[in-house]
Amino acid sequence: MNDLIPNAKTSGQILLDGEDIHHRRVNLSMLRKKVGMVFQSPNPFPMSIYDNVAYGPRIHGIKSRKMLSAIVQRCLDDVMLLDEVKDAMRKSALRLSGGQQQRLCIARALAISPDVLLMDEPTSALDPISTQAIEELLIKLSSDYTIVIVTHNIAQARGIADYTAFLHMGELVEMNITGEVLASTNPLTRRFLTGNSL
Amino acid sequence: MENNSICRRRINVGDIAARIAIYLSTGISILVTVGIMAFIIYKGYKSLTWDFVFSSAFSYPYEHYGILSNIINSLYIIFGTLIIALPIGIISSIYLCEYARRGILTSAIEFAVEILTGIPSIIYGLFGYMYFYILFKHSFSILSGIFTLSVMILPTIIRMTGESIKATPKSYREGAIALGAGRLLIIRTIVLPCSLSGIAASITLSIGRIMGESAALIFTAGISSSMPTSLLSHFTQSGGTLSVALFQYMQRGGSEMKYAYAAAAILLIIVLLHNIITMFIRRKEY
Repeated sequence: MNDLIPNAKTSGQILLDGEDIHHRRVNLSMLRKKVGMVFQSPNPFPMSIYDNVAYGPRIHGIKSRKMLSAIVQRCLDDVMLLDEVKDAMRKSALRLSGGQQQRLCIARALAISPDVLLMDEPTSALDPISTQAIEELLIKLSSDYTIVIVTHNIAQARGIADYTAFLHMGELVEMNITGEVLASTNPLTRRFLTGNSL
Repeated sequence: MENNSICRRRINVGDIAARIAIYLSTGISILVTVGIMAFIIYKGYKSLTWDFVFSSAFSYPYEHYGILSNIINSLYIIFGTLIIALPIGIISSIYLCEYARRGILTSAIEFAVEILTGIPSIIYGLFGYMYFYILFKHSFSILSGIFTLSVMILPTIIRMTGESIKATPKSYREGAIALGAGRLLIIRTIVLPCSLSGIAASITLSIGRIMGESAALIFTAGISSSMPTSLLSHFTQSGGTLSVALFQYMQRGGSEMKYAYAAAAILLIIVLLHNIITMFIRRKEY
């Protein structure tokens, strides 16, 4: 989705199942179906909770009500939101709290059965309790999905990530098992971890 | 300590003056609006009989006065104009906001649209007279009135729809894009539903302008007050709207002046009803 930002430039390769996602013959709709995305601030559509989750499956051609209901149920259950909203599926998603909205957005991303879940600081707009709920959720989801999460919070990286990549000014500095990166001797990484100005 | 208390009342002259100005201006606005309505209804109610509203005038010189045919003509022109202008306006607005590449051409079009919304309606009347009147073999017809008014309200619809399309939060689009939705799908499922209130507002405004229009219609749709003989052929006949009839009554003046007030009262009531209905519809938004 970088191409939506004017003047954005990318170099290097990102391989997904061995295919370069920047190849010009990539079908973006298919790519985006394989890679679910959750944004920094919750952005549910101004529709009902049900329609939010069903949006993805619907646009990818699932019409049967039975199937849609099953998907919505499963995804809301996956993000542990089902119990909270099961009597209010037809209510506007905008009435949910911030944490609930973000979990709804995760459910919406899961509904297209992606292989990879991309998350851009998904908890930066949330309070500590909602943050913890989402972090626990991510650990649970990581057994079924590959999750790539952007964070500025080192404690969060330590708590939930198996691998950590450190990027600085658009360049990949290093990537390794989380513990290794956090103990890195690379001067750039050290400076970031210790909070000394760069 | 006394002087620093947060309970100390201070008299501020500027504050009082501003307050007076605010109440006075609001009062004047309300008074003028209510005054006009009261005046029209007071002057018109005597002639506002069942017979006047629900019968049609016979040909000039009138032996009998009625405005039913004018009300019907107004409805013809409102629906006809909206049916033509609404889809064209909405679709071109979608093109301008979603498809067209920002450049000199789009800026020029937007500038033109901006100017066209402010042009006096008589100029549209002149244009309609030049083209549609001649196109329809030199006869006045409701259809040429519809075409003229379509041209007239198109800029309003394009602009208001465009504004609400642009106001669609970016995060909704991003969310839809991230799920793999294509452009047309995003327009249909996200952008248009979010723009409904803007489109509704443009419809309301358009109906108001059509109801109040006389200059652009006199030389296109004409001034006839005959009842339609059939549903469709009426489009090709001349037909004066309520505002046009009001204009004629005023122009002739004298004993017909009271019918002008009655027609004005009807016009006011219809516009009022229309606004109330719109209010209720808009309240049902998400």
